[in-house]
Amino acid sequence: MNHFIYLDNAATTKVKEEVLQEMLPYFRENYSNPSAIYNFAAMGKNAVDNARKQAAELIGAKTEEIYFTGGGSEADNWALKATVEAYAEKGKHIITSRIEHHAILHTCEYLEKHGVEVTYLDVDKDGKVSLTELEHAIRPDTILISIMTANNEIGTIEPITEIGKLAHEHGILFHTDAVQAYGHIPVNVDTMNIDMLSASGHKFGGPKGVGILYIRKGVKIRSFIHGGAQERSRRAGTLNVPGIVGFGKAAQLAEESLHDRNMKEISTRDYLIKRVLEEIPYSILNGHKTDRLPNNANFCFRFIEGESMLILLDQLGVCASSGSACTSGSLDPSHVLLAIGLPHEIAHGSLRITLSEETTIEEIDFVVDELKKIIERLRNMSPLYEDFIKKNSEGKVENYV
Amino acid sequence: MYSEKVMDHFNNPRNVGEIENPSGVGTVGNAKCGDIMRMYLDIDEDGIIQNVKFKTFGCGAAVATSSMATELVKGKTVQEALLVTNKAVMEALDGLPPVKVHCSLLAEEAIHAALWDYAQKNNIVIEGLEKPVDDIAEKVEEEEY
Repeated sequence: MNHFIYLDNAATTKVKEEVLQEMLPYFRENYSNPSAIYNFAAMGKNAVDNARKQAAELIGAKTEEIYFTGGGSEADNWALKATVEAYAEKGKHIITSRIEHHAILHTCEYLEKHGVEVTYLDVDKDGKVSLTELEHAIRPDTILISIMTANNEIGTIEPITEIGKLAHEHGILFHTDAVQAYGHIPVNVDTMNIDMLSASGHKFGGPKGVGILYIRKGVKIRSFIHGGAQERSRRAGTLNVPGIVGFGKAAQLAEESLHDRNMKEISTRDYLIKRVLEEIPYSILNGHKTDRLPNNANFCFRFIEGESMLILLDQLGVCASSGSACTSGSLDPSHVLLAIGLPHEIAHGSLRITLSEETTIEEIDFVVDELKKIIERLRNMSPLYEDFIKKNSEGKVENYV
Repeated sequence: MYSEKVMDHFNNPRNVGEIENPSGVGTVGNAKCGDIMRMYLDIDEDGIIQNVKFKTFGCGAAVATSSMATELVKGKTVQEALLVTNKAVMEALDGLPPVKVHCSLLAEEAIHAALWDYAQKNNIVIEGLEKPVDDIAEKVEEEEY
């Protein structure tokens, strides 16, 4: 039982060694406030400039279009709330999807209470937004379309380029929550027609508590956090220099390793998916088969509940996550799994496994071998499975899955 | 998050299984909220619960409360079993996190549902026992796909 297998990299990642080393001098040596005028502040200021350049390069943006924030949620809040404020004269309608992260969905709910109308697009069974439905939802007073680049639970990659094109054809701003995609798949703000993009440092080997909002030059959204003149007066607050430096370094490393890392993760991911679907009966892969994040696998195992599965995995030293109600703190299972059309009882039995480049085939083999035992054990105590087996023996075979 | 006792009952659940031709069986909860408990009772002529088994679809707390509930009713009379409340189950488990309290309610309801079935089958009235809210049947039918 000396295992520690971390398969929850969509929740957060380990800070890379090179990133940490790059950050350390900015805690105790070059600890200046980069806004200061004296020479001591120059190091910090240069480091922030360099990080901004690194963050921009990864998505083909201009350096001055990157604004550092306190994380992905702040970036999402800023993009939505400030756009509503800045474009109020044009209209009060936003289009988003049902499978967005809560940083978008709950911000939209907040905006609805303040007179904004929001259209939540449905997705298909793979979790993809339909361009036709999007086009139908567009109104003369639509000011913003916000669709995530890739989903955090089921890993599905949305048709961002086409969505951005459609937005621009109608003169609408396009924001994308790229928290799961930035540093994990190729993203280019120009070719993908993106006006605003949110990303978070800790999802790709950087530190927690730092993110970015990319704002295309010419987009007139204003300050969200009021105070000092940092970030060209658009985001007040003393710069989190070590965090920003860490973000930049992680972005640089992510860019350099992107291709090889993707190849490795996809091959490990597909091996995991193949083993699970072949060896565990009544299992389903959630999300798109190929248009999915290289490190994401999400399954539902019928007749069992996710939290029980997670506790048993945890006891073996395996960290993973689930969209079951019990893990969400509410009575409903994941809104994403419900949006792709899964019935409640199946959605409760979900397991999300998100790899890192360090994940080995041996680790996957161990997890799948143990998972088979865990699922069998939980099914043996499940009344749903008992009913299913009885129905089957009576010849009433269900044909879902 | 969970007490040692909850983890013990989750890891080594007591009385998991089915009873063939039970004196009473009750299923409560629904798949929608993610917890279903089924309780089987074997009750002798003197009204003593000789054997009890359960099956549960649910989280760690749901499994542990089912397991503890079976322990608490085993060997008891029908009247004594009625006194096994959700509070008793919770106390026996050294408490549950607030979001999991509903699991212990389900355990109490499962006992009541099984006793109700026993009373129906034997045409008797158990004093203090009300017809359980049986929402699983409809909900499961609804969710046929």
